[in-house]
Amino acid sequence: MAEITLVEAVNQALAYEMSQDKDVVVLGEDIGVNGGVFRATVDLIDKYGPERVIDTPLAESMIAGLTVGMAAQGLKPVAEFQFMGFIYPGFNQIVCHAARMRNRTRGRLSCPAVFRAPYGGGIHAPEHHSESTEALFAHIPGLRVVIPSTPARAYGLLLAAIREPDPVIFLEPKRIYRFVKQHVPDNGEALPLDRCFVLQEGNDVTLVTWGAMIKETLAAAKQLQAQGVSVEIIDVATVKPLDIETILASVEKTGRCVVVHEAAKTCAVGAEIAAQIAEKGLMDLHAPVQRVTGFDAVMPYFKLEKQYIPDEAKIIAAVQHTLEF
Amino acid sequence: METTKSTSTKSKSTITAEFTIAYTQFLDAVGKPTQPLPKFATKPDELIRLYKLMVLTRTFDTKAISLQRTGKLGTYASSLGQEAVAVGVGAAMHADDIFAPAYREYGVQLQRGVKMQDILAFWGGDERGSDFANKHDFPMCVPIASQYLHAAGAAKAMQLQGQSRAVVAVGGDGSTSQGDFYEAVNVSGAWNLPIVFVVCNNQWAISVPLRSQTRCQTLAQKAIAGGIPGEQVDGNDLIAVRNAVANAIEKARNNGGPSLIEAITYRLHDHTTADDAGRYRDESEVKEAWQRDPILRLRNYLKDLKAWSDDQEQELLTTSKQQVDAAVADYLQAKPQPTTAILDYLYESVPEAYQDQYQQLSTTKRSA
Ligand SMILES: Cc1ncc(C[n+]2csc(CCOP(=O)(O)OP(=O)(O)O)c2C)c(N)n1
Ligand SMILES: [Mg+2]
Repeated sequence: MAEITLVEAVNQALAYEMSQDKDVVVLGEDIGVNGGVFRATVDLIDKYGPERVIDTPLAESMIAGLTVGMAAQGLKPVAEFQFMGFIYPGFNQIVCHAARMRNRTRGRLSCPAVFRAPYGGGIHAPEHHSESTEALFAHIPGLRVVIPSTPARAYGLLLAAIREPDPVIFLEPKRIYRFVKQHVPDNGEALPLDRCFVLQEGNDVTLVTWGAMIKETLAAAKQLQAQGVSVEIIDVATVKPLDIETILASVEKTGRCVVVHEAAKTCAVGAEIAAQIAEKGLMDLHAPVQRVTGFDAVMPYFKLEKQYIPDEAKIIAAVQHTLEF
Repeated sequence: METTKSTSTKSKSTITAEFTIAYTQFLDAVGKPTQPLPKFATKPDELIRLYKLMVLTRTFDTKAISLQRTGKLGTYASSLGQEAVAVGVGAAMHADDIFAPAYREYGVQLQRGVKMQDILAFWGGDERGSDFANKHDFPMCVPIASQYLHAAGAAKAMQLQGQSRAVVAVGGDGSTSQGDFYEAVNVSGAWNLPIVFVVCNNQWAISVPLRSQTRCQTLAQKAIAGGIPGEQVDGNDLIAVRNAVANAIEKARNNGGPSLIEAITYRLHDHTTADDAGRYRDESEVKEAWQRDPILRLRNYLKDLKAWSDDQEQELLTTSKQQVDAAVADYLQAKPQPTTAILDYLYESVPEAYQDQYQQLSTTKRSA
C-alpha cells in the first residue's frame, strides 16, 4: 500500500465515507472537475457523480446555509471553504444556525455537517490565504473544532467528524498538506474526537500544539532531547471541546508547559489552555505556562510570514525559560 | 379539524420585469466598425494612446508570469485577454473618481498612479504594493465581491459630501453570485448612488463556468432587481467599454444614479499561476477565444486607418519591454521591510500592550 500525504488522506476519508453512506455529499467552490484547489476532492466527482460532489456558485454564505439546510433534513454534507480566509461570509450561518440548530429546537433538528477549510501560513500565498483563526470558532458554543496534523489523523478524524451528529469545523493545516507521507490503511476506522494525542512521552516539559506547528515542535523537541531535556508532546487535535484532562495529567508529571500555536496570541486557544492549567493544575507547575505564538498582528504578506510564524528557536527558548525559572 | 376552502380571486398583475438588455460593440473581432464610432474614438491619437496601454499591460503580464515561474514573484493573477476591459474603464474615469478593483484590473490601475512595481510588490508578498501614489483608490481586493460594498459606501460618502465624483467597482462573473454583490446593487438603487458596477465576465470563476454560476442569460440583468439600468458591451472592444463606462460615469457624477455594465470577455490564461486550466477547460475553447483578442482587434482597425505601422508596432514592443524591465528592476532591488513592519501599521501607534511584542520583532532576524 502506498504512503499518502495529509491532503490525500482527506481525500481518502471523503471517498471512503461516500462509498459507505449515500447521505454524505460534498459541496464547495471548484471541488468537482477541478478536484479542489488543493486537490482534496480529486476524483470524487468521477466516483460519486455531480449530484453528490457539488460545484456551487461562488458564495460562502450560501454554501454554509445550504449545508445547514441539508444537514437538518437527512444529509451529511461536507462543505469545503477554499481557504479559511473566505469562510467569513459563511460565519453568520455557522454561528447563528449550524452551532445552534440542536439547542434552539431542543433536539428536534440538528446539524450533522462538516465545514472544512485549509488554514495557516507558510506557503507563500497571496493576502487572505494564510490566517489561523481557529479561536473564532472555538469560542462558539455548539461547534467542534478539529485540526489534524498527520495523514493518519486527517483520515481518522475526518471520518469521525463526518459521523459526528453535531457540526464540526475541520481545519486542515495546508503548510503540512504534503509534508510527510504515511501508510494510512483505508479501513474506515475513525479516531476519537474530543481527545488529545500524546505523541511522545517525557518528564521535564510538556509541549502542547496542533496543526502545522507540530513540525517546528517536533524539531525543537529533538534538539532539546539532544541537550538532555525529556519532552512530552501533545497534539491537541480537537481544540474544542478541549481534552484538558490529558494536558493536566501530563503537566502533573512534568511541571512545565509550553503551548505553541501559529495564531495571534490574544484570546487564542493557547490562552484557554493556560487558563485551565492555572485553574486546575497550578500547584503542579514549577514555572509559569509559556505561550509561543504568532504576533498580535494581521498575518503579514508572505515576505514577512517566516518572521510571524513561531520557529524552533522560540520554542526552545521558551522551554529553557521554564527550566531555568 | 376545520378545512379552509380556497376561494379563487382574480389576481391583478403588475408587469415588473419585461426587459431587454442592450449589447454594444463598435469594432468586430477583426477590427471592422459595426456602427459609427463615438467621438473620442474618431481621433486616432487617442486610440493609439489606449492601444499602447493595452500592449503595456500585456507585456507586463507576460513578464509577471515569467517572474513567478522563476521564483521571483508569488502567485499572480493574469489579465491576459481582458486588457480592453481594464484600459477602457481606466480611460473613462476622471482622476478624482474612486476605483475599487478586484485583483486583475492592472490596465485601470496603471492609468491611476499605480506603478508596475507596486503590483509586483503586492503579488510578491509585500504590503507596500498597496501604498501607491493614488491617495484615494482602494487597494486590490481578494475576498470576492466585498469591494462592491466599499464602493457603495464611498459613493454614499461622495453623495453626503456633495461631491460630484463617481465610484467605479470592478468584479468578475463569479462575484455576482455573492450576497455582497446583490446588496451593493440594491443599496445603490435605493439611495441613487453615484456608482458604476463593471462586471468583467471572463466566462470562468476558476474552474466554474458561467452556466454553473447562474441561470441568468446575462449578468447585466441582475441590475434590474435593484432598480438600476444594466447593459452589456463587447469587453474585447476597447471603444465599447470606454464609451459605456464613460456615459455611466457622467450620469453618476451628475446625480443620475448607478449603472451596471457587463463587459463580455475571456480569461485566456489560467486563473492564476497556481491554477492549471487544462484540468477543466478545453484548449479548443481558448484557441477560439484568441480570435477575439482585444489587442489584435484595435491594431487591425488602426492599421486599416493607416494610423499604425509594423515599424511602430516593433518600436512599441521594445519600449514597452524597456518600461516593464525598469519596473521589474525596481521591484527586485526594493529594500525589504523591517520586521517591525508587522506591527508598525496595525494601529496608528503601537498600543502599550504590544510593546513587548514590538521589541521582540525588532530583534527578530530576517531569515533567508
Ligand atoms: C470570498 C472568496 N471566496 C473564494 C475566493 C477564492 N477565489 C479567488 S478568485 C475566485 C474566482 C473568482 O471568479 P470571478 O469573480 O469570475 O473573477 P475572475 O477570477 O474570473 O476574474 C475564487 C473562488 C476568494 N478570493 N474570496
Ligand atoms: Mg471570471
